[in-house]
Amino acid sequence: MLLISCPWCGPRDETEYHYGGQAHVRYPETPADLDDRQWAEYVFYRDNPKGPFAERWVHSTGCRRWFNVLRDTVTYEVLASYRLDEPRPELPQAGGNR
Amino acid sequence: MSTEPLPEHPDFLWRNPEPRSSYDVVIVGAGGHGLATAYYLAKNHGITNVAVLEKGWLAGGNMARNTTIIRSNYLWDESAAIYEHALKLWERLPEELDYDFLFSQRGVLNLAHTLQDVREGTRRANANRLNGVDAEWLEPDEVAKVCPILNVSPRTRYPVLGATFQPRAGIAKHDHVAWALARRADELGVDLIQGCEVTGFLKDGDRVVGVETNLGRINAGRVGLAAAGHSSVLAERAGVRLPVQSYPLQALVSELHEPVHPTVVMSNHVHVYVSQAHKGELVMGAGVDSYNGYGQRGSFHVIEHQMAAAVELFPIFARAHVLRTWGGVVDVTPDASPIISTTPVENLYVNCGWGTGGFKGTPAAGWTFAHTIATGEPHPLNAPFALERFTTGALIDEHGAAAVAH
Ligand SMILES: Cc1cc2nc3c(=O)[nH]c(=O)nc-3n(C[C@H](O)[C@H](O)[C@H](O)COP(=O)(O)OP(=O)(O)OC[C@H]3O[C@@H](n4cnc5c(N)ncnc54)[C@H](O)[C@@H]3O)c2cc1C
Ligand SMILES: [Zn+2]
Repeated sequence: MLLISCPWCGPRDETEYHYGGQAHVRYPETPADLDDRQWAEYVFYRDNPKGPFAERWVHSTGCRRWFNVLRDTVTYEVLASYRLDEPRPELPQAGGNR
Repeated sequence: MSTEPLPEHPDFLWRNPEPRSSYDVVIVGAGGHGLATAYYLAKNHGITNVAVLEKGWLAGGNMARNTTIIRSNYLWDESAAIYEHALKLWERLPEELDYDFLFSQRGVLNLAHTLQDVREGTRRANANRLNGVDAEWLEPDEVAKVCPILNVSPRTRYPVLGATFQPRAGIAKHDHVAWALARRADELGVDLIQGCEVTGFLKDGDRVVGVETNLGRINAGRVGLAAAGHSSVLAERAGVRLPVQSYPLQALVSELHEPVHPTVVMSNHVHVYVSQAHKGELVMGAGVDSYNGYGQRGSFHVIEHQMAAAVELFPIFARAHVLRTWGGVVDVTPDASPIISTTPVENLYVNCGWGTGGFKGTPAAGWTFAHTIATGEPHPLNAPFALERFTTGALIDEHGAAAVAH
């Protein structure tokens, strides 16, 4: 079971949350200009990385607020959690300066 | 319930050749789909200069992890056509491959627990019949006749309000299916190469001309991807983005029991599906984990949920012990239907997105993918399952009939 930290309530079990898929997917700035291919990208295509992934979670049985989590999709390690108005945190580089 | 002995595991079913420097067709992934594709490339199209490259061992991916349910009771015409084609192929494959992989047509019940389930189920059974798929709607007392150990009492939390029943559905011994296909493909000249991971693609402009592997470069006239949970990771290396997300899906088996469970029972609403293997294990699956994952293991609370549902539906299972649990990585599309398609890269073809339900589709996936690779054009059965549908909007929404929560 994942232990996920809600930015408002702190660490809670995975079962308190619901998953919302990839984070930072912006609504198109000029929707009227999009062709079908670009709409398809926006609606149906998401990243599916093996490794760190920025994703949305909602604290359903707690404060009911949405936030973002950086999680490794191979080790399932929760690397960071942050509010929607915060940028995706930089990951410490292996071998680099921490 | 079958009391036949299991087929022997023969020592040598295929050669283990060194890869040659060049093939007409390279298939990536020796799961059921890759093997079936190679088999039909050789058998239906006479293309035998083919290699199937597998990073692990043959059929060690989802092919070895699935709960082996085979059925064709999907809602839409496009799905009914391809899954029913698969079921018809299943019905003749044991003889054709001369290998008894214990395909057992013991039927499948898809339970309804809510009024909406009842409406969906009756609609689907009607749609199935219009498409020539055997299906009926059963009331709770009829459900109990098909599966007497099922609790159809109205006093459960989610009572059984009825079920669809497909008598021709069933299960098969998945490993043996793979070995049967591998043996025939090998006999027809296909090279099956294990321990060979594709790490990149050789391209000439917008055309693929080969693959990079841990065993070196292999040139290829055409390349077909059949990598299930890893399709998008692989396709990305060829510059193709796929609309799939990879999720962990898990299953478990109990210790051996006397034959008690005569059919296959699936429940979308309470998220469990159960059959009894030939040897006697209860084989159970649940829903996918809600989040992306490549860990080949699933969350414990999903198992808890599934076991609670199983015990309520089958009180007789209350004291059965779990022997083993495992997980696979499945690639799910936005409409819960597969993709068998050409790609924006010339001579690169993709078969993916079968999600939680691609075992049943194995022969049809191979049949249509082989056709697409051999001719460069989709077969009529897989034309609707092209990548373009996500741009045109002609989706084939099978979330209801896919039957696993995702
Ligand atoms: C727990 C579970 C239960 C399921 N139950 C059912 C069921 O009851 N009925 C049903 O119809 N379906 C079921 N499925 C789904 C079914 O197993 C899959 O849809 C189907 O197996 C996918 O096709 P495949 O057999 O080719 O995939 P796989 O067997 O996964 O084959 C893909 C192969 O590609 C290889 N590969 C990946 N990347 C590379 C690379 N870079 N280089 C070389 N090789 C690579 C992998 O190692 C793997 O062997 C279930 C799946 C799971 C996990
Ligand atoms: Zn909270």
